[in-house]
Amino acid sequence: MRKVYIDNAATTPLLAEVREAMTPYLGDVFGNPSSLHDWGNTAREAVEASRAQVAQLIGASADEIIFTGSGTESNNFAIKGLGLVQQAKGKHVVVSAIEHFSVLHSARTLEKWGFELSLVPVDKNGVVDPEDVRRSLRKDTVLVSIMHANGEVGTIEPIKEIGKVTKERGIVFHTDAVATAGTIPVDVQELGVDALSLAGNQFYGPQGVGALWLRKGVRIVPLLDGGVQEGGRRAGTENVPAIVGLGKAAELAKANMTARMEHLTRLRDRLLTELPAKIDHVVVTGHRQNRLPGNASFCVEFIEGESMLMLLDSQGVAVTSGSACTSRALKASHVLIAMGIPHELAQGSLLFSFGIHNTPEDIDYALEVLPPIVDRLRQMSPLYAKFIKASKGGS
Amino acid sequence: MPVYSEKVMEHFMNPRNVGEIENPDGVGEVGNPICGDMMTFYIKVKDNRLEDVKFKTFGCGAAIAVSSMVSEMAKGKTLEEAMKITPRSVADELEGLPKQKFHCSNLGAQALNKAIQDYLSRKKRGGGKE
Repeated sequence: MRKVYIDNAATTPLLAEVREAMTPYLGDVFGNPSSLHDWGNTAREAVEASRAQVAQLIGASADEIIFTGSGTESNNFAIKGLGLVQQAKGKHVVVSAIEHFSVLHSARTLEKWGFELSLVPVDKNGVVDPEDVRRSLRKDTVLVSIMHANGEVGTIEPIKEIGKVTKERGIVFHTDAVATAGTIPVDVQELGVDALSLAGNQFYGPQGVGALWLRKGVRIVPLLDGGVQEGGRRAGTENVPAIVGLGKAAELAKANMTARMEHLTRLRDRLLTELPAKIDHVVVTGHRQNRLPGNASFCVEFIEGESMLMLLDSQGVAVTSGSACTSRALKASHVLIAMGIPHELAQGSLLFSFGIHNTPEDIDYALEVLPPIVDRLRQMSPLYAKFIKASKGGS
Repeated sequence: MPVYSEKVMEHFMNPRNVGEIENPDGVGEVGNPICGDMMTFYIKVKDNRLEDVKFKTFGCGAAIAVSSMVSEMAKGKTLEEAMKITPRSVADELEGLPKQKFHCSNLGAQALNKAIQDYLSRKKRGGGKE
């Protein structure tokens, strides 16, 4: 059976060049970067080289990069650390309604610790209006966090414009760039942010490693106390092989970005056009133009996402869904709900996220196997039966 | 995605008794698309036995497997026997359901029960078939 992986928003495969770069650090080169001997020096040099590579990817300087264990950790660190460090100044934070849970739930934790939280809404395409951010600001607002792009619906947010608003007011501005860093151009100076999260497994680096970029002079409270690793801001022995892999992945992403984007955009645009043409009652979610190059997200009416996923999986096609059934919390995607998509439609969410390994043949195959699956589930669906009856009986 | 038992997967991939019954003796509808699952059961009753059971389901893999299993368990049973089908007995027949999916199985037995109640109340009204 053909196997097609179109779930790169969940995690990207590790590139062979990245694996090769990592291999020595899983073997003979095992030193602790904090050690003051040859073994330590070699490991430290590798970590610092990676720091420079990551910094170059986002137009930053190397000493502003803090390595973490994941995008989730970077986001937790930013929200809690940048909030707590400023609590004498104010206790109000602003995030968008469609943030990743690692931002949203961290902000909720700040609430439990006595902060106040404002959620900025999005429009039907998932776009944050910078004026809504402005309106949410108060005298005691100390932190704004808006994601660079939403991995679930692909919408890219107007970070530059929002950055102007926060800069006017002198408020610290963080962006979760996990979905964008290494995928589309990200330049921290151009974006006008003060802190930015990224993760290795979103651009063909290893899982279990991320970074937080923090503008020089911006203070933060560490999440992890211990030694003086990462300038005392993130204690714990560094994950050297993963950090080396992240650096290599960053270097490759920067070198190949334009070609990768063109490839992904072609695949994305084809599916965005051909899937709704092939299957009735399918809605494209997210912004049509300001969109991640690899993201093709839909809602399929009258059926539920998990059953689509399982049947697609049985045909070798791996995708994801934001339906309630696929989430452990049994709640439909907060992103789709915030965009005003009705619950029953959100249940039919289906996300294809392309990677550089995908080919036009992968789309051919997905477009071949999906229509019978949708048809089969619709034949089983009481909602579809009602719709058919209503359209036959009605006007 | 939760890991389903082989039995759940088998029923999900090959669901039994999918469809509607024309002029059913009872219909039971439960759930709503907001929580994720919706099931409609149709029954045909002859001599106090479930001569035919069919269903339509909107929902996850577990919901579809549960519907299929309930229809299979109920078919041919007397009304009294069929009303004894519980979420627990359905889950057991399916060789277990993931914890967070157990609510789905509640719906299957409940929908069947509702269809039987519908039949009984129709009979009481003396209409029998509508």
